[in-house]
Amino acid sequence: MWKALLFLIMSYVIISAYLNPAPQQSLGEVSRIFYFHVPVAWVSVLAFLVSMLNAVRYLKTRDMFYDVKSSSAAQIGLLFAFLATVSGSIWASVSWGSYWNWDPRQVSIFILLLIYGAYFALRSAIMENEKKATLSAVYSILSFITVPFLIFVIPRVFQSLHPATSVVNENLKIQMSAKVSLVFFPALIGFTILFFWIWSLQVKIFSLALKKGG
Amino acid sequence: MPDKFSSWVTKILAVFKKEIKSEFRTRYALNSILMFSVVTLTVLSFTVGQFSLTNSVKSALLWVILFFSAMSGLAQVFIKEEERKTVSYLKLSASPNLIFLGKFFFNLILLLILEIITVPLFLILLEVRVQNWDLFLAVLFLGSLGLASATTIIAAIVSKTDLKGTLLTILSFPILLPLLFISIQGTKVAVMGAPFYSGLAEIKFLFSYIVVMLTASLLLFETVWME
Amino acid sequence: MLSLQLDNVSKWFGERQVFENINLKLENPTSLAIIGPNGCGKTTLLKIICGLIRPSRGKVRIKIDGQEVKPEVQRAFFSIVAPDVELYEELTALENLEFFTGLRNYNSSRTELNQKLEQVGLKDRGNEPLGSYSSGMKQRLKYAVALSVSPRVLILDEPSSNLDEEGIFLMEKIIEEQKKDRLVILATNDLKETQYARQIFKLGN
Repeated sequence: MWKALLFLIMSYVIISAYLNPAPQQSLGEVSRIFYFHVPVAWVSVLAFLVSMLNAVRYLKTRDMFYDVKSSSAAQIGLLFAFLATVSGSIWASVSWGSYWNWDPRQVSIFILLLIYGAYFALRSAIMENEKKATLSAVYSILSFITVPFLIFVIPRVFQSLHPATSVVNENLKIQMSAKVSLVFFPALIGFTILFFWIWSLQVKIFSLALKKGG
Repeated sequence: MPDKFSSWVTKILAVFKKEIKSEFRTRYALNSILMFSVVTLTVLSFTVGQFSLTNSVKSALLWVILFFSAMSGLAQVFIKEEERKTVSYLKLSASPNLIFLGKFFFNLILLLILEIITVPLFLILLEVRVQNWDLFLAVLFLGSLGLASATTIIAAIVSKTDLKGTLLTILSFPILLPLLFISIQGTKVAVMGAPFYSGLAEIKFLFSYIVVMLTASLLLFETVWME
Repeated sequence: MLSLQLDNVSKWFGERQVFENINLKLENPTSLAIIGPNGCGKTTLLKIICGLIRPSRGKVRIKIDGQEVKPEVQRAFFSIVAPDVELYEELTALENLEFFTGLRNYNSSRTELNQKLEQVGLKDRGNEPLGSYSSGMKQRLKYAVALSVSPRVLILDEPSSNLDEEGIFLMEKIIEEQKKDRLVILATNDLKETQYARQIFKLGN
């Protein structure tokens, strides 16, 4: 039933993203990427949180089901982080002139990519399932607690050379016109639901594989 | 209660002393860590040393050397036990956190020994004139504490895998990044001679990083150790 | 009085199951020999008993006079001698002994430690680094280290591996002594060695 809802939301988002006037007139059509890029980046962070929470539950219960949940969330998170990086640099190339500028936000998403990469590198270096689950759960927690430090450090070290170009400034105050928010918030919700849907599918697939194998 | 505490301290010291003895006789970690940093320093001195570098760059280079030296030597403390199969007796003999602390202090001392040798060399070769020594040494010490604490727990994780060495760098880098940034910042500020209080933000940050890392390590170590 | 109990202990590594639903109850003084073909999991079971490996399912319980001992402190009751449990080669025999007894709250003097060495026939070799020991001597030292903490449960995996005739004789004496009022659990491929134990447990189908 909610799949129908998801379909409706996403169709609405995709269509109006193209039909409505572009969010930032100064940049023209490319600013429509905003409707895609920001929700995708948000989901990549959400996935990290979900992965860490399930890692904790795995360590408490030693039930492999939670490891499946944790690693699938991380997989999706990796994909979305990659998409966010790419869409972000496309946007950057148009609005700031170059694909990569070491802007604080770019640095943050890059580090998130590094963390996901490290997580999977760790998993691939271990053969036994239980060990793999335990050690990657520990790493998931360790890397998550570094996040507050990163949030504090990155803006101090990487000065954004450009004025706040996005429609949402650093304090997350909404500076969008009503028309834009009408598309943006549904997009945010739509992508979030999309994440949970893909995640539940992945978890089902891997759970079946797990049961079949062991 | 004080009895228990003093028995903990004795055991941590016992593990620490054993590591020192072992290391003194085999010199695996010390050699590799010293060799690495001296070679890197020489390379840097020959290649970029002749250009006039800003204080920011020099501060960054210092911490880059320290980071990679840590990567090359601080994992030995766990990898050696796994490879030589001495883990089992150790597991049976003492509570995991006491073992962790003994090895952590060993890694810290290893790092400090490295710094006693390389930092003066660095300052000379790259012509760095430190103006505020108090701040410089404080940042160096606290940064080293942070470096040792994060590296030790990750070394424990990595020692249980099949890949070990390379994996340590991949896993440590994101986690050490905030520490590196702030240490570089603090070092730069000290070199440029700012008064101590202007480095207070960095010092406070380093303190909280150390506390968080050590606490998390102590909470998670047993899980890793028992694998 | 000490009782050791295994409740439905099962272990698998990834997809490979080693054993399932092992149930055992032992009370001191007694001795148990675990036998079975190669690869049936004898070493794994021994390691689960002393807490070196976590069971996939089930529990290992220790009770002292009916009171259950907490899992975190269970390891204090065990000592193990096994082929893949090694001592520190860079240290001398005495240093190894001092280290492990110190960690386990058995602060013994040099004389007491030397006595332990004598008990395993290594009397004057205490100050040599283990690197210079033969494999038989290392095995004997493992016994010395295991006994130096007066364990309530002594776990032996392949008890006579690397031992010469004299070593075996010393080992037999040790087992007899331990059997008198404590627990001995051994695992072996050699059926002759089951004579050291009062009970036998067969692993593997």
